[in-house]
Order: sequence, then structure tokens, then C-alpha cells
Amino acid sequence: MSQEIEVPELGSVGLLRYGWRQLTSMRTALILLLLLGIAAIPGSLVPQRTQNPIKVGEYFKNSPELSKWMDRFSLFDVYGSPWFSAIYILLFISLIGCVLPRTIEHFHAARALPPATPKNLDRMEHHSSWSAQGDELDKARAWFKSKRFRVLERDGVISAEKGFTRETGNLFFHLALILILLGISFSSLFGMRGMAIVNVGERFVNTTTSYDSLNYGKLFSESNLSDFALTVDKFTAKYNVLTSAPEDYTLEVSFAKDDLTKTEKRTIKVNSPLKLGNTNIYLQANGYSTVVTVRDSKGNVAMQGPVPFLPQDGNLRSIGAIKVPDADPQIGFVGSFVPTYSRSGADGAVSVFPEALDPRLLLAAWEGDLGLDNGVPQSVYRIDTSKMNQVGLKSLKPGETFIYPQGSITFEGYLQWVNLEIVNDPGKNYALLGGIVAILGLLASLFTRRRRIWIRVGKSVEVAGLAKNAAPGLESEMAEFVAMLKGEK
Amino acid sequence: MSRTWAYLSNYLVYSSMAVYTLSFFAHAIETAWAVRVTTEESKKNIDYKRTEKVARIATAMMILGFVLLFAGVVARGVSAGRVPWGNMYEFSITGAMAFSGAYLAALRKYDLRWLGLLVSIAVLLTLGTAVAVLYRPSAPLVPALKSTWLVIHVSAAIISGGVFLLANAIAAAYLYLDAMESRGERTAWAKRLPSLEDLDQLSYRLVAFVFPLWTFAVIAGAIWAESAWGRYWGWDPKETWAFITWVAYAAYLHARVTVGWRGRKAAWLCLFAGSTFLFNYVYVNIWGTGKHTYSGL
Repeated sequence: MSQEIEVPELGSVGLLRYGWRQLTSMRTALILLLLLGIAAIPGSLVPQRTQNPIKVGEYFKNSPELSKWMDRFSLFDVYGSPWFSAIYILLFISLIGCVLPRTIEHFHAARALPPATPKNLDRMEHHSSWSAQGDELDKARAWFKSKRFRVLERDGVISAEKGFTRETGNLFFHLALILILLGISFSSLFGMRGMAIVNVGERFVNTTTSYDSLNYGKLFSESNLSDFALTVDKFTAKYNVLTSAPEDYTLEVSFAKDDLTKTEKRTIKVNSPLKLGNTNIYLQANGYSTVVTVRDSKGNVAMQGPVPFLPQDGNLRSIGAIKVPDADPQIGFVGSFVPTYSRSGADGAVSVFPEALDPRLLLAAWEGDLGLDNGVPQSVYRIDTSKMNQVGLKSLKPGETFIYPQGSITFEGYLQWVNLEIVNDPGKNYALLGGIVAILGLLASLFTRRRRIWIRVGKSVEVAGLAKNAAPGLESEMAEFVAMLKGEK
Repeated sequence: MSRTWAYLSNYLVYSSMAVYTLSFFAHAIETAWAVRVTTEESKKNIDYKRTEKVARIATAMMILGFVLLFAGVVARGVSAGRVPWGNMYEFSITGAMAFSGAYLAALRKYDLRWLGLLVSIAVLLTLGTAVAVLYRPSAPLVPALKSTWLVIHVSAAIISGGVFLLANAIAAAYLYLDAMESRGERTAWAKRLPSLEDLDQLSYRLVAFVFPLWTFAVIAGAIWAESAWGRYWGWDPKETWAFITWVAYAAYLHARVTVGWRGRKAAWLCLFAGSTFLFNYVYVNIWGTGKHTYSGL
């Protein structure tokens, strides 16, 4: 008795085809585009691991439960998260599914002739007619040619069409977006990015062990590191005397590439990195290293050399840690370096200018277990003093020595260090090309109009025009055309 | 030398504020008087002949204000020996200039005088905030900003911003008038405003005109970031919001051209896209962290 509605079987192929149609439909693309914009928002409000790992750490410290949940949804890695990737991958699949068929269609349409002239031109927009002089067809032919219309002529009738650039530009714009995405993926697979702190006077050789931090793509091999070495000859920082604001950083290096035999002088500045093929060497940060000599109670040198300190403010008050694991018991110094010393009631020792005009090294000496042997990675700028005892406090000028019961430390002087960032980005030129093509395509598609003009000449002249998408501007063009035909211009 | 220029710049900015205030009052008088003067045949029609003079004064003041502000921005640049786009005070005075400039440029082609009241208020508020809250002494640029790309990237972004905000104002006017019309006839003062269809078209044209420039501003920023920061795209908050704005306007253009959205839906989408731009300027500059924040705004 029951009435069954017959539903046509979709089958797996049908289902796939249905899914593909849905994905490549304009509505879906629009939703995905808006979703992509919305999905990008949380990454600008929540700190991200790639930009600000310290702040992410603070989040975990302050509210560990919440952070754990946020981390489960990749809220600290939004732009590498599965859900963000899913949106843009779907968007690009949808885009390809939309653009490729249109490209083929457009390719055929651009080679086809303009459509034949309709019988009743008076039904079209911008229609007008007047009695013929005789030379209108010749005039029209010349006019169409000078305006680069595509023309189909058939006994007394011309059908002309223009504005294919609109769709061409539109397609190039979308293809260029795909090129940008390919460039970015190429870089993330084959690129590398590393940081190294180098003191003035020191030499950096481009091998993996020279880096303080190094990230590279899945398909990057160490042999791809370009061969070069550089020695930091001189670093000059200029500051505004009143505000301490930096005005210029200049780094001079002796640079050697390939087999490292020939050395040349090069300059690196903030906005002009040193370029070697796809590899760029950037000047990213700078600071001071203190040069110290630590001796044990018998006068033997336990440690000697420059120790980089980390700047804390615009006047380069810097903190650092001098660790002497070879001493017995182990010795550590929690230090603060101020390039231009002054005292303030609230903060103690402060720096009042970033240049080293009156440098001081303030030290707290600790004795005990540095905690270096348990395998837990430690910051080089900090000491875990939980298993140590403080044995002295001292403020040193260059050349001065602090003697404590277990030995002594001499503040020999200071060096400047620079933080070099070395980046190999093989896909960036594709992305740039994509960007340029995208803008050109956009301009072409937004500022050209597709339109058709017809003229029929018998006893009388009849003209008409049609603009696609009712684009404006055809009216004045038709007026010009008619004036030309009538010989008014 | 540079201090003299800095003072001159301040005086010019103050003077332009005074002149914009005059323009604001003239626009207000034009709107208010025109409402009172009703003719015999229909109490709902408005005669603008009597306020034509004051309307012309309003536009003249707007032009004068623009010229003074332009001179103020240039003097600010001379005082620092660079383009005047180093901090938020400078962005704000240049932005106000771009907004009134976009209005005046559009005025040559479209009858937009009804927008004048809104434009003069917006410019005055921006300049007032800039002078009272954001002011910083003129100073040289930090090394990261010393680049030709500063001129290219920032000018493109500022012009795009001025036009986006103008499109936003028109979309907002559309929504307001649309609501008014759905309750019945337009009230008297609103009668001289363009038809809903014209407003709809105008805001679309402004966006379509400036979208390639915004694309260029983002790409120029990426090229600059590649040479200053070692990467062309790093999801810095400013970059992220520039991207969101781009995506939102791209969605708006697609919605109009391909899906055929018109009217109310399109106006809301336009407002949403414009608000992402404003959010980027206000929130990210003041409360955000990232590489686009330089000392003291």
C-alpha cells in the first residue's frame, strides 16, 4: 500500500560528481573565502608559537588548563593548523575546479568569431538609424580596426566585439593566486632559516653547527646550504642623543663564497641584506658581549672569553649568565651589563644611553650545582640558582677584578654582537611573479568592459550596442561611433 | 631649522582644523535651513536654492582645509627630513587628509555634497584625536623604516583606506535610507540624497576602483618585509588583518559580480570589510604587538 517515491540511484561516481559540483560552485567558494578571513582572526589575538614563543609560554603558565584545550585546537599555531589548512586547500581546489574549465572555454571563445548580427537591431539598446550616405561601412571598418575590435563582416553587416581582456585578466588573476601558493609551498619544502649570534671580530662559516637555531623544510638537505663564510669586521650603531632611538645600524663584513679563497668587503644594513643567490643574510639584532676571565683560588684560568648578554630595553641594559661548569664546586654569575651607567632609586643600576660610554658589569656570584648535567635544556642567559648559594655581589668597571672565596673574575671589556638571520627562500620569486601578475590581471578585469556593436547598412544605416553585465560607458562610445559615421567629427 | 618646520606644521594642522570646523558648520546650516524652508505646493519638498550659497562656502572651506592640512603634512615631513609616515600621529593627519581628498575628488564626478557633514565630522574627530592623544615630537625614523618602500607601501595603504572609508560611509547611508524607505517615504531632508540604486552602485565602484591598489599595498609591504625582516609574510597581526581586509573585499566583489548580490546584503558585507580595515588601524596600532608597532605608536 505504501507509496514509495522513486529516488534515482546516485552511485559512487554520481556522488563524487555531485560533491565536485558543490565544491566548485561559486557559492561554496564565497563561503570558503569568508571562512578563510574569519579563521585568520584568532591568530592575531592569541600569541603564536612562530612569532612569540615566550608569550605562549606565559599563557601556559598563567592558565594551564585553558591553554591545554586551546592547544588542542591549534590556537597557538593557527596558520599551520589542520583546520586553517583545510579551508585554504579546499578553497584552492574549488578555485582550480572553477578556473580551469573557464580557461578552456575562454580559449575557445577568444578564437571564435563574433556572433552574427541579430535581425531586429531596433530591439537592442543604444539603437539608432538614419539614411545612408554610402561610405559608412568603410568608416566603421576603419574605426573598429583602430579600436582593436574583433570583427565579423557579412554583406552589408558588421558585427564587432571587444573586451575579452576582462575574462583574460580575471583568469590570470586567479591563476596567479595559485602560483603564489605554489611559491609558498616550494619555500616551505626546500627553504631554510637560521639565526646566529656573532661577536665583532669573529668568523661565521655556513655549516649547520654554526647556528644557534636552524629550521629547514622537509626536502632541504644540509648539502643545500650555500658555501660562504664571513668575518664580522665592524658594527656601527648610531643613536639619537636626546631620545636614544636608533638612527642607523651598519655592519661591515669580510665575505668569502664558494671555495672561500677570495674575500671581499661587504656592508649589511637593516633594509639591505647581503644576497647570495636565493640566500639572504640579514642584520636582525645587536647587543653586547662581556669579555671575562674566571680563575680558581690557585689562579688557574677556569673560563675565558666573550659571553653574549641579552638586551632588555632601548638603552641596552642587558642580562646574561656566565657559567663555569668546570670549576669545583661549579660557579655561576648572574650578570647585568649597562653600557652607560647610572643609578635610579627604584630600579638600581640602569643604562641611560645605548652606546658604551661608561660601561659596568654587575655580578652576583653563585656556587653549587648549575644543573647542566641533567639533560634539561637551559637558557644561556639565565641560571637556575635553586641548588646554589650566593657568595658575593659586585659592580665592575672594565679592567677590574672581583675576588671571592673560591676564585676571581676579571671584567676585561666588552664586544658588540650582531644577530644574523640567514634565509634560503627558493620560492619567493614565484610568489613575487604571482603577485605582479595578480595585480595586472585584476586591473585588466576590473577596468575593461565586454561589449558588442553592430552596424547594418542598406538604404539606411542602423547601429546598436550591447554591454555585458550592463557595464557603463557604452553610451558615450556609441555616441562617438555615430558622430564619426555621420562625419560630425 | 627642523623645529621651525615642526612648529609650522602644527600651526597648519590647527588652522586646517579651524577651517574644517567652519566647513562643518556651513554643512550643518545647509542641512538645517533647507529642512525649514518648505514651499507652498508640497510641504515635503525642500528648496535648496536658499542654501546654495552656504553649501558652496562649505565646499570651499573643505578645499581650503584640505590645502592647509596638505601643507601641514608636507611641513611635518620637511621637519623630520623624511616622508611624514613614521608614527600614528602622522598616519592620522595623513589619513584625514586622504579621506577629505577622496571626498573632494569624488565630488568632481558625483554630487556628494550631502556627505559633506559626515566627512567634516570624521575629519575633525580624527585630527582632534591625533593632536590631543597621539601627538609625538617630530623625529627621524628607526632604521627598519628607512626605505623607499615606506613611501610606496604607506601611500598606497593610506589612499586605499581613504576610499574604503568613503565607500563605507556610502554603504551606511544606503542602509539608513533603505530602512527609512521601508517605513514609508523618505523624510524631507533625505530627499535630495541619491536613489538607493545609485548609492549601491557608487560604493561598489569605489571598492572596485581601489581594490587593485590595496592588493598592491599588501604586495609592496611583503616586498619590503622581505628586505627588512627576512620574510615576506609572517602572519604579523598587521599583516593578518590586511589579509582579512583583502579577503573580505574580494568576497564583496565576488558576491556582487558573480553571485549578483545587491542592496542590503552587499552593503552589510561592504561595512564588514571596511570595519576590518578600521580595526587594523586602531586596534593593532594601539593594543597589538608585532613588528608594525614602533616605539611610541
